[in-house]
Amino acid sequence: MSTVSNNFAGSLVNRSAAAPSGAVSRLSATNIVAGFGEHTVLKGVSLTISSQAVTAIMGPSGCGKSTFIRCLNRLHEEIPRAWMKGTVMLDGQDICDPQIDPVAVRRKIGMVFQRPNPFPTFSIYDNVAVGLRLNGMKRRADLDERVEKSLRHAALWDEVQDRLDRPGTSLSGGQQQRLCIARALAVDPEILLLDEPCSALDPVGTERIEELLIQLKKEYTIVMVTHNIQQAGRIADRTVFLLMGELIEQGATADIFTSPKDPRTEAFISGRFG
Amino acid sequence: MTAAALSQTRTIERKTARGGPPAPGPRQNTGDRLFFILLRSAALLPVLLILVFLTVLGWGAWPSIKTFGWAFLWSANWDPTDGREDYGALAFILGTLFSSLFALAIAAPVGIGVATFLNEVFTPRLRGLMAFLIEILATIPSIVYGVWAFFVMVPWVEATVIPAAHWIFGPKFFLFRGTNGFSLFSGGLVLAVMILPVIVSISLDSIRAVPCTYREAALGLGATRWEMIRLAVWPPARSGMLGACILALGRAMGETMAITMVIGNAQSIQWSLFGPANSIASAIALQFGEATGLMQAALIELALVLFVMTLLVNLAARALVSRLAGAKGVLA
Amino acid sequence: MIVNNAASRRWKNRLALCVMVAMVLASLVPLVSLSWTLVSKGIGAVNWQFFYHLPLATPRGVGNAILGSALVLLVATLVAVPVGLLVGLYLAHFAQDRMAGPTRSLLDVMSGIPAIVVGMFIYSVVVQHFGFSALAGGLSLSMIMLPIFARTTEEAIKAIPPTVNEAGLALGLPRRRVIMRIVLRSAMPAVLTGFFLAVARVGGEAAPLLFTAFGSNSWPSHSVKDIVTFKPLTEQVASLPQIIYEYAKDPRPEVVSLAWGASLLLVGMILTIRLGTNMYIRYRYGKGGA
Repeated sequence: MSTVSNNFAGSLVNRSAAAPSGAVSRLSATNIVAGFGEHTVLKGVSLTISSQAVTAIMGPSGCGKSTFIRCLNRLHEEIPRAWMKGTVMLDGQDICDPQIDPVAVRRKIGMVFQRPNPFPTFSIYDNVAVGLRLNGMKRRADLDERVEKSLRHAALWDEVQDRLDRPGTSLSGGQQQRLCIARALAVDPEILLLDEPCSALDPVGTERIEELLIQLKKEYTIVMVTHNIQQAGRIADRTVFLLMGELIEQGATADIFTSPKDPRTEAFISGRFG
Repeated sequence: MTAAALSQTRTIERKTARGGPPAPGPRQNTGDRLFFILLRSAALLPVLLILVFLTVLGWGAWPSIKTFGWAFLWSANWDPTDGREDYGALAFILGTLFSSLFALAIAAPVGIGVATFLNEVFTPRLRGLMAFLIEILATIPSIVYGVWAFFVMVPWVEATVIPAAHWIFGPKFFLFRGTNGFSLFSGGLVLAVMILPVIVSISLDSIRAVPCTYREAALGLGATRWEMIRLAVWPPARSGMLGACILALGRAMGETMAITMVIGNAQSIQWSLFGPANSIASAIALQFGEATGLMQAALIELALVLFVMTLLVNLAARALVSRLAGAKGVLA
Repeated sequence: MIVNNAASRRWKNRLALCVMVAMVLASLVPLVSLSWTLVSKGIGAVNWQFFYHLPLATPRGVGNAILGSALVLLVATLVAVPVGLLVGLYLAHFAQDRMAGPTRSLLDVMSGIPAIVVGMFIYSVVVQHFGFSALAGGLSLSMIMLPIFARTTEEAIKAIPPTVNEAGLALGLPRRRVIMRIVLRSAMPAVLTGFFLAVARVGGEAAPLLFTAFGSNSWPSHSVKDIVTFKPLTEQVASLPQIIYEYAKDPRPEVVSLAWGASLLLVGMILTIRLGTNMYIRYRYGKGGA
């Protein structure tokens, strides 16, 4: 896959606002309808994700935020009875095409989950290295280098460099979440999806992750689900508001927060429901 | 939504009947599909094995089934003498049933009592110790129980239990006729010791599953501990405890080595506890080695009968225990 | 009307508790008696030669039975572990597949087959055509081991949170690698526990070996070094549970004493396996494991 057809990807988008100047969009979703069994969670969501920026997806519980980002790397379909329709274009290719191997998609789009989930019984080192090893990297020196780089990227290296062989589960919650970020970064994705990465963390852990995300957006395209309005305000460049499976409003974070166009967005931001 | 967008729409939906992690669809990569096929064919093995098992035993038993028909089940005559060979399973079937039911009659109240006491009265530390001892009891192999019963229990039964029973009930009482230590009584007793851990651990699971609020409600009404047990602990745990007992019964019926060494191995029906008897498993263990021809077929048919008996009992137990989450570990 | 029956209720309570204490004590009597007899009668037979002499040598030993048990358990492990792992993985990961229900039920049926009947089955299928052998003995033990190991593996893997599976998939790894290299490794403490429990369980079985491995008073005629050619596995072998059965009924007291020694050894080994497993898992994986 290449980046040649950015414009093609852009041309498919009908309802989205233009990406901020200077950044080209490589990932866009069109008319995503998804759900489980009889139940429809997303009712036609279209969105273009800006590159090298943090996009926050907000909304009250059950609005379909998580389902939406899980559609972006086709993890949604791993859930029993799950189904989806629509297209997700990555670099001009529809990754929802049944002919496309989801494995290849997920290698380009990393994901961090709501609760820190380091692999149990794996050491800190192995947690980061396992994705590389299983993708064929064998030389110890290469692995060491990549593990260190990923842990530094995730701002965890200084805290764990002298105990890399301890179990990943021995770290604190915030450290575990940064370990999960390092694990996702190690396989060199281009896009990072985060599903409420701070909801299980204390304020200190949350702050560290937020600082980290601001650093990471220089190199990665980040999509983050959050139910925390202040968090979106602090770190997101663009904000999207979902309600009951529909996209209500999207735009630059500052615009959304200062002059929301839809009364429902305003109600949510001012804390009147959600 | 435009027509163009509609035409772009594709559906990704897994073809699974009732949900659950999906079977690989067409877009799964080849390696994953092969992996799934490998797992699935491994899962076919138990199915095939049971089919082969039934076929082989049915085939082996066929001469006996053909010769004796249904009468095999209710004839008690077991005569391997050449020329007038005649085989009936009734003595062994009854011996199996009597010995295991007797074992259950001893082990069920004791096991349930122990489990109740452990959970409702013991301190956690003592509970841990006792659970450990019960686990050791469960770990000791059948053959070691057999040797112990042979050298220690049988002499004790002969020297103490039989005289005591005769002293109380008189030597003519039909259940206690005879003075043989190698008997239904010893066989049942050693089985009782062996199935006790099963009953204790599964009953303990079902008692643990009773919500604490029940107990508090009973105590709050001013119940004594014993009344609390009877009112609030046993009734909700009943089906689990019953399942434990039936499962233990299935274990007892299939048990071989220990009972072979102490049951006395008589070939006829035994109604008295202190007379030598036999069980199906024990008869197979002792006679199958030298058996040929019709006798071998009869022993294989005996094995089939035992298999069906244990199967029915296990099915009943499973139906009861499966209602109880958390007991699965002990079933293995 | 409220009757004041507090005294009688209190007495009833005491009586019931006393009965239960008596039951607890009664359930310990066999354990105490058995351990005492085992140690007092068995310890005399155990010396260095006991571990590597033959039963008919002087002093007597059970070396060949120890070796035989090891061979038989080796065969059982080689058969039951790979199959059990695959079946357990299948049941845990494809619980909704059409074959899963029948497979699970038939595993339960298998675990309910009495050990002696398993021995008879292997006799009919293997021994009648190829003679008594360690291989046949191992196969019969593997039939008992398989359902135990497969079900404990299934439970072990189901206990791993689904997010582990998802995190693996999100790394862009194929499903088979996620299952075999990440989920299985995460479940390893519990899988190992299940394996050792199964070994401890079948290691003490005598019934399935009576008509399969049969027994022997000598060493295998092929050297154990030839194990790669499978030759030692084609001979009938003694095993610890089998010689206990054999020698306990012997009229000679020194042979009976051998049976006690072998019993002590067998119980010691099985308890070591079980308790050792628990301790190792706790040491290696901390409290989170198994």
